[in-house]
Amino acid sequence: MSGFEFSQTAPSLETLRLRVTDRTAGAYVAFEGWVRDHNEGQQVLRLEYEAYEALGLREGERIIAEAAERYGVTRARCLHRLGELEIGDLAVWVGVSSAHRDEAFKACRYIIDEVKHRVPIWKKEHYVDGDSGWVNCERCAEKGSGSLLSGSGGSGFSRDSAAKNRG
Amino acid sequence: MPQIHIEYFAILREHVGKNAEELNTDATTAGALFDELDGRYNFPRMAGMKVAINAEFSDWDAALADGDSVVFIPPVAGG
Repeated sequence: MSGFEFSQTAPSLETLRLRVTDRTAGAYVAFEGWVRDHNEGQQVLRLEYEAYEALGLREGERIIAEAAERYGVTRARCLHRLGELEIGDLAVWVGVSSAHRDEAFKACRYIIDEVKHRVPIWKKEHYVDGDSGWVNCERCAEKGSGSLLSGSGGSGFSRDSAAKNRG
Repeated sequence: MPQIHIEYFAILREHVGKNAEELNTDATTAGALFDELDGRYNFPRMAGMKVAINAEFSDWDAALADGDSVVFIPPVAGG
């Protein structure tokens, strides 16, 4: 059973929910990520998702397995849309079932946070003013955060820490 | 000279203008390969680029072997 998948088409929520139903589960927590009409001060018209699927599936499966092991949940699944999406569309869904609610809430939060951070998915926003841009890529030299090291030189260009330590 | 398969995604795919290419290269590491291709394409400046070899995250100083598949991974934005 695959815990993580990409989909070019919109699934029905009922179909997704049935993937985590289980007789031993007393709790079900789901997260839906939707396409919103604005980001960082710009009005968004639509967007597109692109993924490096071979690696994305592996990383997604690892995240699901980590959540299951860490929180002992019964079932956990995640689906991420690819392709062109409109405002209000479901972009990502996480569903977790478990005996009790606490571990389901925690596992659901863990999965969506890790997916956003680790799975090679890219989002291109198309704006009302006709412009477009790849989120986190167009101005990321100015935005160093977390594990991303901002360039120490003048160019603002860097790879990750492994690169910086090379040689 | 080892032949490396390179795939491009998102901002890099658009910048380079192709999805993939085969390259015969003297680069012995992923980082050296990146530098070689940056010299050719002048990649967009961005912090936190990562690299995958054969569909697994890798270090920039990982050695390349003939037939390897390399993907440079710009900052991700799922969800």
